[in-house]
Amino acid sequence: MKMTFLNKKDFWAGAMLIGFGAAAMFIARGYRFGSALRMGPGFFPTILGGILIAFGVCIMALGLRSGEKIQEKLSLRALVMLPLSLVLFGFLMEKAGFLPALAALVFGSAASGREFKFLEVLLLTAVLTVASAALFIWGLGLPYPLIKGF
Amino acid sequence: MELFHNLFFGFGVALTLQNLLYCFIGVFVGTLIGVLPGIGPMATIAMLLPLTYNVPPVAALIMLAGIYYGAQYGGSTTSILVNLPGETSSVVTCIDGYQMARQGRAGAALAIAAIGSFIAGTICTLIVAMFGPPLADMALKFGSPEYFSLMLMGLVAAAVLAQGDMIKSLAMVVLGLLLGVVGSDVDSGVKRFCFDIYELADGIGFVVIAVGVFAVGEIISNLSDPEERTIFTSRVGSLYPTLQDMKQSIAPIIRGTMLGAFFGVLPGTGPSIASFGSYMIEKKVAKDPSRFGHGAIEGVAGPEAANNADAQCKFIPMLTLGIPASGTMALMLGALMIHGITPGPTVMTQKPDLFWGLVASMWIGNLMLVVLNLPLVGLWVSLLKVPYRLLFPAIMVFSAIGIYSANNISFDVYLAALFGVFGIAWRILGCSPVPLLLGFVLGPMMEENLRRALQVSNGDPSVFVTQPISLAFIMVTVLILIVMVLPAVRNRRGDLTG
Repeated sequence: MKMTFLNKKDFWAGAMLIGFGAAAMFIARGYRFGSALRMGPGFFPTILGGILIAFGVCIMALGLRSGEKIQEKLSLRALVMLPLSLVLFGFLMEKAGFLPALAALVFGSAASGREFKFLEVLLLTAVLTVASAALFIWGLGLPYPLIKGF
Repeated sequence: MELFHNLFFGFGVALTLQNLLYCFIGVFVGTLIGVLPGIGPMATIAMLLPLTYNVPPVAALIMLAGIYYGAQYGGSTTSILVNLPGETSSVVTCIDGYQMARQGRAGAALAIAAIGSFIAGTICTLIVAMFGPPLADMALKFGSPEYFSLMLMGLVAAAVLAQGDMIKSLAMVVLGLLLGVVGSDVDSGVKRFCFDIYELADGIGFVVIAVGVFAVGEIISNLSDPEERTIFTSRVGSLYPTLQDMKQSIAPIIRGTMLGAFFGVLPGTGPSIASFGSYMIEKKVAKDPSRFGHGAIEGVAGPEAANNADAQCKFIPMLTLGIPASGTMALMLGALMIHGITPGPTVMTQKPDLFWGLVASMWIGNLMLVVLNLPLVGLWVSLLKVPYRLLFPAIMVFSAIGIYSANNISFDVYLAALFGVFGIAWRILGCSPVPLLLGFVLGPMMEENLRRALQVSNGDPSVFVTQPISLAFIMVTVLILIVMVLPAVRNRRGDLTG
C-alpha cells in the first residue's frame, strides 16, 4: 500500500497544480496586493494561485482514492532531443544565421525519431533548409542573414 | 433588407482578388495539412499563424478561417480513407465512412461529406449574419461587471463541457489565467513574474504557448506512441453520389446542420458532441437502424454537416463578444490581437469589413472546399502515404521560424521548447491544454474588467450579483457547475465503492 501514489496520474497532476499555485502566491507576495477597491498588481495572481492550490489539493485527494495510473508512453529521446534542437535553433539564429540554425533544427528533430536513417536525414535536412530559405527569406521576405559572422 | 445589404458588402470585401487568393491558400493548405497524419487542427493553425503576420488583418482572418475548415475537412478525408480520425469530431465519420470505403464507395462518402459540409456552411453563414449584429448590439451595452461574468461563464462552460476531466480542465483554465498575468501590469507598470528577463516584460507570446504546446508537444507525443496506419486506397470509386444517395442524405444534412448550429453557439461543446448527437438521431429515425455501422450514408452526411455547422457557428461568440468557445477560436482571437484588434462587440462597428468580409468568405471557402477537394482526392490519398518521420521535421521548421519571426528574439524559441515539455507533461497527467489556452487569451481582459468593476462598485463584490445581466451569467455558471461537476465528483467516488 505504501508509496503506491508515486505512479498515480492525479497525484502528480495535483502536485503540478499546487506547485504552480504556490510559486505564484510566493512570488506575488512581492507585489502590492491592494484592496478590492484598488486592486494592486498582486491581487489577481494571489487569488488565482490560491484557487490553483485548492484545485490541486482536490484533484490529489480524489485521485489518491480512485487511483488511475499513468499509462502514457513517453519517448525520452524525443523529450530531450526535440526541445534541445529548438534551443539550438534559437541560439544559432543569433550567432550563425538562418541556414546553420535551420540545418541544426531539422537534423536534430529528425534524430529524435525512432527510425533514423543517416542518408535520408541528410537529404531531408538539405531539402528542407533550402526550401525554407526559398519560402521564408525570398518568398515572404523575412530579414534574416543566411550566414552570419564571416 | 439590412441583412442582404451587409452580406453584399461582405462579398464585396471577400471577392477582391487578394482576399480570394488568401481564402484559397488557407483552404488548400488547411486541407493539405489536415490530411497529413498526426497533425490536428490546433497544431495546424498554430503553426501557420506566422504566415499571416505580414498580411492585412482581414485577409489574415480569412486565411486562418480557411485553414480551419480545410483542416476539419481533411480530417474527414482521413477518417473515410484510412479509418483514422484526425480529431475527435471525425470519429463518428469513421464508423460508416470507412465501411463505405471498404465497399468501394469511398468516392461517394467523400462527396457526400463535402456536400453536407457545404450545405451546413451555407445555412450557417446566414445564421452568423443574422444573429451576429443583434448579439453585438446587446454586448455593446455591457459594463465591466457584465463582461467579467460573461467571461467567467464562457471559461467555465468551455472547461466543463469539453472532453476530459472537468476538474482538471477548470484548474487548467486558472493556470492559463495565471500565465496571462506574466508581464507588465497595465495598471501599475509593475513587471510581474518576469524574473528580470526583459523579454518577458511584454508577457508570454501567444504563439509561443500555442506552438509550443500544440505543435512541439504533439510531436513528442506522437513520437512516443507511434500508431499503426493501414491505408485503404485500392478503390476510391465514383465521386458522384447516386440520386438515391442524395435523397437519403438531404434530411440528415438538414438535421445535422440544425444540431450543429445549436451546439456551435454554446461554449465548450466541441464539434464532437454535435456529430455524435447527429449520428444518434439518424440511427433513431432510420427505418432500418441495423444498416448503421455497415456503410450507411446517412451516418456520414448527418455528422459531417453537424461538424461543419458547429465549427462555423463558433465564430458567433468569438466575433461578437470576444469570447472563444473552443481552442481554435482562442487561436483566432490571438490572431486578431496580434494584428492589433481588440476583440469584442466593437469589432463589428469599427471594422465592418473584417466582420462581413469574414462571414462572406466562410461561404466562399466552403464552396472552394467542394470544388477543390473532390478533384484533388488523388493528391490527398498520396499525401497519406508520406511517412511521419519526414513530416515532423518540417513541422518543426514552420514552428521554429513562426515563433522566432513574431518578435525576432531567440528567447521566445527557448520558451516554446519549455512549453513543449510542459505540453507533454500535461498530456501525460490528463490535463488538457486547450482550457489553458482559453484562460491565457482571456486572462488580461478578465483582470482588467474585474478591476474596473470593483472600482465602480467601491470595492463591493456584490456588484456581480446585483446587476441583472451579470447575475444571469453568474447563475448560468453556477448551474453548469452544479449540473456537470457534482455528478462527476460523485462518479469518481462511486468507482471506489462499486
